[in-house]
Amino acid sequence: MAREDYEVIIGLEVHAELSTKTKIFCSCKTDFGAEPNTQICPVCMALPGALPVLNEKVVEYAVKAGLATNCEISKDSRNDRKNYFYPDLPKSYQISQADKPLCNHGYIEIEDDDGNTKKVRILRIHIEEDAGKLNHNEFGGGSLVDLNRSGVPLIEIVSEPDIRSVGEADRYLKKLKSILQYIDVSDCKMQEGSLRADVNVSVHKKGEPFGTRTEMKNMNSFKSITRAIEYERDRQIDELERGNEITQETLRWDDLEGRTFSMRNKEDAQDYRYFPEPDLGVIELSDEYIENIRKELPEMPESRKERYMNEIGLSEKDSNSITSSKFLSDLFEEAGKLSGNYKAVCNWINSDIARILNEKEEDPEQIPFNAEELAELVKLIDKGTISSSIAKKVLDELFENPRDPNKIIEEKGWIQISDESQIKEVVLKVLAENEQSVLDYKAGKDRALGYLVGQAMKQTKGKANPKMLNEMFIEELKK
Amino acid sequence: MGDITRLTVHELKDMLDKKEITSEEITKAYIDRINEKEKDVQAFVTLTLDEAEAKSKKIDEDGRNGEYAGIPIGIKDNLCTKGVKTTCSSKMLENFVSPYDATVVEKLNNEGIVSLGKLNMDEFAMGSSTENSSFHITKNPWNLSTVPGGSSGGSAAAVAADLVPWALGSDTGGSIRQPASLCGVVGLKPTYGLVSRYGLVAFASSLDQVGPITKDVKDSSILLNIIAGHDEKDSTSHKMEKVDYTKNLDKDIKGLKIGVPKEFFGEGINDEVKEKLEEAIEIYKSLGAEIEECSLDVAKYSLAAYYIIACAEASSNLGRFDGIRYGHRAEEFSSLKELYVNSRTEGFGEEVKRRIILGTYVLSSGFYDAYYKKAQKVRTFVKNEFDKVFSKYDALLTPVSPTTAFKIGSKTNNPLEMYMADICTVSVNIAGVPAISLPAGVDKNNLPIGMQLIGNSFEEEKILNAAYKFEQKLNFREKYKPDFRKE
Repeated sequence: MAREDYEVIIGLEVHAELSTKTKIFCSCKTDFGAEPNTQICPVCMALPGALPVLNEKVVEYAVKAGLATNCEISKDSRNDRKNYFYPDLPKSYQISQADKPLCNHGYIEIEDDDGNTKKVRILRIHIEEDAGKLNHNEFGGGSLVDLNRSGVPLIEIVSEPDIRSVGEADRYLKKLKSILQYIDVSDCKMQEGSLRADVNVSVHKKGEPFGTRTEMKNMNSFKSITRAIEYERDRQIDELERGNEITQETLRWDDLEGRTFSMRNKEDAQDYRYFPEPDLGVIELSDEYIENIRKELPEMPESRKERYMNEIGLSEKDSNSITSSKFLSDLFEEAGKLSGNYKAVCNWINSDIARILNEKEEDPEQIPFNAEELAELVKLIDKGTISSSIAKKVLDELFENPRDPNKIIEEKGWIQISDESQIKEVVLKVLAENEQSVLDYKAGKDRALGYLVGQAMKQTKGKANPKMLNEMFIEELKK
Repeated sequence: MGDITRLTVHELKDMLDKKEITSEEITKAYIDRINEKEKDVQAFVTLTLDEAEAKSKKIDEDGRNGEYAGIPIGIKDNLCTKGVKTTCSSKMLENFVSPYDATVVEKLNNEGIVSLGKLNMDEFAMGSSTENSSFHITKNPWNLSTVPGGSSGGSAAAVAADLVPWALGSDTGGSIRQPASLCGVVGLKPTYGLVSRYGLVAFASSLDQVGPITKDVKDSSILLNIIAGHDEKDSTSHKMEKVDYTKNLDKDIKGLKIGVPKEFFGEGINDEVKEKLEEAIEIYKSLGAEIEECSLDVAKYSLAAYYIIACAEASSNLGRFDGIRYGHRAEEFSSLKELYVNSRTEGFGEEVKRRIILGTYVLSSGFYDAYYKKAQKVRTFVKNEFDKVFSKYDALLTPVSPTTAFKIGSKTNNPLEMYMADICTVSVNIAGVPAISLPAGVDKNNLPIGMQLIGNSFEEEKILNAAYKFEQKLNFREKYKPDFRKE
């Protein structure tokens, strides 16, 4: 049978670190990148006698995430202990939620491969604490435990197995990330581990029951997630085609090797011995509490998209790509407002900025310059101070070493030549040096004009105002 | 001033107030007493006598800030004390020094109370005789060949032997009341949530409470005044207005309704214990209380539910002792798993291991519903039964321990028999209600017999009042005292 005869079923478990200032059960800071073990206390290092106290902000953020993904919010949820031993888990249990999660039965909308809108159902969202980190072999062998991350709040968002292709998985993740950023509960930086996903994959022949699923861990970018799904889908199909069975197991994705390795199978799956956390009370929420959070939810991407199309006149395609990231959307709105030229800002974001991010394999959040600097760039073009080819060089500078574009063009001597006598001087020089082109033009070959302008640009290192050049050439050639 | 250590805390406080004595004199009297008697009783794990002397001197110099400033105390060794070892009487924590004070310890410090040291206990508070200490066996001052009870055996023995004027203990299934009973002193297990558990090394989180062990009822109410109250660091601590537990001690108990649940006097309860409690009932009648036999058939279900819930929570709570960050770490290991297994095998004693295994088992998938979930249902049932009797009675009167102090070593080979020592006390923890243990007399061997008064949630005042009136009438402390016999 061929690959096309198989259907792939994908479910995602996404962990997002919440961007609360303090940890979930103590008042330690959650800043990323601090010196090891500098953001710890008796609670998050699990000293004897220490007790957890639930950070109310964590509940608020998780409820926000639930509401933004159309979940039912439980008015009576609970924390449970998940027991297992590992050196990065100081209590030897993780406080999580088992059978009474905070949010249930939601969905988010994505496009399927044919461009139609489809709902991916969300089974549940629950709150839990992150573990610490092991630093291996840093100081002559052994592993060192850093507990700064221990107790950083997480939400786990579990989808139903509604995803049917790699493309859908990618769009689901991007959509989820953008929602979490819009409601400002997580910065979703995959490179810092604040967004992580485990993927469940199974395949079956169309029209037959679902196959056995495997779970993959350790993917640290959207790209590696899609690669891992592709790999695992193909591996499972190959196994089935060879007449083998799929084993239910947990796999580790190796990004360098581009393949999965078995971590553990069903038989040695751990028994986490969940039971209700006796150190914390139940989480009881009132209707009023939930409604207040609902009212305070910020504008979501759909609504921004409508606004961009109707009020600013962007195309649907442009609106989609701008609103795919809250960071881009905020950048667009702010730079548009400052420059007064939304369309130009949109073009910069969707063409050159998108291209550079793609080349660098970076996320929009990693854009180093701010809206003011982008707006200034647009204004410089609009005023005719620089040409669009110079503007591209300024953009490169902004990515390398962000600063005021006015300063950049001054330092680099990139200011556009719009002085009539200077332009005329260049035009006359180019005409004198290219007699053949002049003849060609006069013989009706319009292309010769482009060549002459190009020569003039070359001589001015791209600084000549192209519009003025063009006009001046036509005028001189008429003579 | 040879009798200083016989005095109660409220008596010492009166003398301090009148400047008839200094804090240093009190502390030195206790140091002398400890030097004389500790070798026989072995109530302490760690002594901090030099620090205590220096601190009491400073209090005399600087003046007393708190009402009870300058009074010494002993602290059970499962309460974290900054800078002083907190061992839980376990090899696992033999050299562990907490960087912070438990909330109750902080409250003692703020009051200016001076710690003489940390008191012995069953390892991680698991046991009823203090024989499960990894370090040494504490002896009952009434007969040094018998146990002081447990797990707060060091605290009860130290108070009984006048090594400390009062002490803090902890009670998960009877660990304050049973040793208080066996040592002829007063012990109070407060309502769950009345006293902060922050800094109490957890055994069973949903059952543990810190409470006083004292020479008399008034001292218990005073110590409860000091340690009770909501703590932001303990989510299970109750928000309520401050109560002065000494205020109504002497209130007339005429008309007070006391229920005597017949099931607590059944098989296994020693006849002499029953007799003494019948005498106690007569005393209450003479004080005008209304005594009535009632039914509260919860004891045996409670014991089963208790050992499931307590062990389940303990198996999880004790996971943190993994040899990674603090505590005992095996010297020999060749893998992470071996590091865990060897450290825990070497660091924990037999009873602790037994309970971890039991608790791990009852939480395992496939067994959870049959054990843990069922135990939780029993818990709800027990609470409801208590609610029912408390709709009729102000307090319940029961034995504390089925027997008086038993011989050292007599039950160590039979864990189930040892678990029966808790039969009268565990239902109180399961229901979360308060109970006080106080002396009701002695048996023919001159060993103390205790009586338990159980109250409704947050009604400590009622049982303290009933206990105080009884104590005034019986005058136990004037009639009997431990003689440090050795047979």
